[in-house]
Amino acid sequence: MPTLTLIQAVNDGLKVSMRQDESVLVFGEDVGPKGGVFLATEGLTAEFGKARCFDTPLSEDGIIGTAIGMAANGLRPVCEIQFQDFIFPAFDQIVSEAAKLRYRSGGQYTAPMVIRTPYGGGIRGGLYHSQSGEAYFAHTAGLKVVIPSTAYDAKGLLLAAIEDPDPVLFMEPKALYRHEKGEVPEGHYTVDLSTLRTVREGDNVTVFCYGSMVPVVEKAAAKAAEQGIQCEVVDLRTLLPLDEQGVLDAARKTGRCVIVHEAPRFCGYGAEISAMIAENIIEYMEAPVRRVTGFDTPFPNTLEHHYLPDERRVLDAIEEVARY
Amino acid sequence: MQIETAPEPFSVIGANGDVGGHKVTLSDEELIQCYRTMLTVRAFDDVCMKLQRSGRIGFSVPNKGVEACQVGAASALRQSDFFFPSYRDFGMALYHGVHPVEMMHNMFGNNLDAARGRQMPVHFSFTDPIKYFSISSPIGTHLPQAVGAAYAHQMRGEDNVTLASFGDGGTSSLGFHSALNFAGVWKSPVIFLCQNNGWAISCPSDEQTASDGFAIKGAAYGVPGVTVDGNDVLAMHQAVSEAADRARRGEGPTLIEAVTYRMGGHSTSDDPSKYVPKETLEEWAEKDPVKRFREFLTVRGMWTEELESEWSAAAYEQVNSGAKEAESTEGPRLETIFSDVYAELPQHLRRQGEAAFDLAKRKGDADAGGGAFPL
Ligand SMILES: Cc1ncc(C[n+]2csc(CCOP(=O)(O)OP(=O)(O)O)c2C)c(N)n1
Ligand SMILES: [Mg+2]
Repeated sequence: MPTLTLIQAVNDGLKVSMRQDESVLVFGEDVGPKGGVFLATEGLTAEFGKARCFDTPLSEDGIIGTAIGMAANGLRPVCEIQFQDFIFPAFDQIVSEAAKLRYRSGGQYTAPMVIRTPYGGGIRGGLYHSQSGEAYFAHTAGLKVVIPSTAYDAKGLLLAAIEDPDPVLFMEPKALYRHEKGEVPEGHYTVDLSTLRTVREGDNVTVFCYGSMVPVVEKAAAKAAEQGIQCEVVDLRTLLPLDEQGVLDAARKTGRCVIVHEAPRFCGYGAEISAMIAENIIEYMEAPVRRVTGFDTPFPNTLEHHYLPDERRVLDAIEEVARY
Repeated sequence: MQIETAPEPFSVIGANGDVGGHKVTLSDEELIQCYRTMLTVRAFDDVCMKLQRSGRIGFSVPNKGVEACQVGAASALRQSDFFFPSYRDFGMALYHGVHPVEMMHNMFGNNLDAARGRQMPVHFSFTDPIKYFSISSPIGTHLPQAVGAAYAHQMRGEDNVTLASFGDGGTSSLGFHSALNFAGVWKSPVIFLCQNNGWAISCPSDEQTASDGFAIKGAAYGVPGVTVDGNDVLAMHQAVSEAADRARRGEGPTLIEAVTYRMGGHSTSDDPSKYVPKETLEEWAEKDPVKRFREFLTVRGMWTEELESEWSAAAYEQVNSGAKEAESTEGPRLETIFSDVYAELPQHLRRQGEAAFDLAKRKGDADAGGGAFPL
């Protein structure tokens, strides 16, 4: 089995999908001859031609709006928003249109499409090339939100997203694009949406995370193990719709939970997990739920290493709930 | 109805530096200031590329080829006017006396940068000696803001104008269309300067729009559009001066398309050799704006080899010493993550700041200082 980086796995997933389904097309800013600013779409125009992989004018609103029309008329658009930070001109098209089309037409019209976008910090991108905006979208009924953290999942989840009947926001942790490598099967396979992945098993503390935070949590969990604290590490993979049973089972297993994301804390995705635990299984909890998150500030540039949750911050939280 | 096609770009400096019948309104002193600013832009650009390649700054954007657009436009405006620049407008700040060291503080993201290193390099913000509005990465967002700033000038009865600068790619943004529409309706004292440098990263301008150039886009909004040779600093000066006069007289906005060419990559992260045709680059190298202006100055007897070496050395000296100073300036303090989010620090940010200091101290990180959150 070939070993690919996360970004190569995305590229491979796109190729596999385009080879098997002629209705799949890829477009966005600089995705054509340049192959995307991170090279996710490298080689697609050469292999599939300009009609199926092309550059658009600089308009996110135009990209998503046209994708909705294509999807409603028999195509499978997989569009790219160059950085998640630049998705907001298309917020209206995503939230008011793509996400609500099935509901408002009673299923007569739908928008099966994928919006791929790199998110998160770690590349010294400052305010506007670093954000983690998943909470805005996880708040939107009708949309699916997927975030892979491994090369294997990136390809399998992407193929599942493209084949899904509903619009999917596919957020790629850019910090892991080249750092995360793994074996990736050739050809077609899928990873089911709305299923979580148990990264590591343990009986003492459950740590929920996703995307760029998964390797950080894995390191912290290894450190915790040296002190005899065994962590159950859960990669949520799909934020919406969430594998709720999986989350509750994992939380109940240890009765001590930590949630980690790099997005800001207030109204962040972790709050939903925490509320879900409180509402359903509080009687199994041995300690208060702890969150490790980015700060409730814009994303800084020079000091980004202080903003991003690191191994130490995660380990502190694990130790705290373990001792409680 | 007959659709007008874009005329040949307006130009002043002809072959061999000859201006034909055009009147030159800039004084000798101003002409030299324009030229020396262009040399400083080039030096700044060059030094930043090297700093980036050697890993001392994270990022920069090349300005080579577009210096005349920036400097010609800036030379037509007053210090009391309001600039809404793009990230590729080094020359506008430099012309009006922003010192290269101020820009270098941003390039290094240190504690003397206006944004305290919160922003990426090339995202400048200045209030002195000109109002140079804080740059945002999302393309086109500043354009309606420029119209709003112009409304404030109008309302207070001031004759200041607002310059909104953006690229060919920027014309596809929502902000461009809202801004032109509002400015047309309000007769705003705004100059919309579209620097058509041929590319929006790797998207060529003829795939950005199907219209015949960008100036024509004003017509639908009732905003007159003109096409100007962007490699001709005097043509730029004249076009922007006329637009500014119109605006100050209360006659409303103008859209200026400056036709130019991006001679470098989009940024230090870009490899233009993958998509920019070599022949086109060679063609545009012939039209180099600095060379073009130098020919004009030579005809006027204002340029010599000796002056060139003196000016160029002075430009490099300013830029290099600015870089040195900025590099040795201390980095932003840890509390700057939490300051300036609001006018007053809310409780939850205080808590998070205290935790950040506590953690940094436990990690033995020098950023923690004494460990107490100072805000
Ligand atoms: C809304 C938005 N989408 C995408 C980007 C990424 N991006 C940065 S610069 C750029 C191209 C801009 O081209 P143009 O407006 O012509 O300006 P130039 O860089 O040529 O000066 C793109 C696509 C962005 N900054 N903002
Ligand atoms: Mg451009």
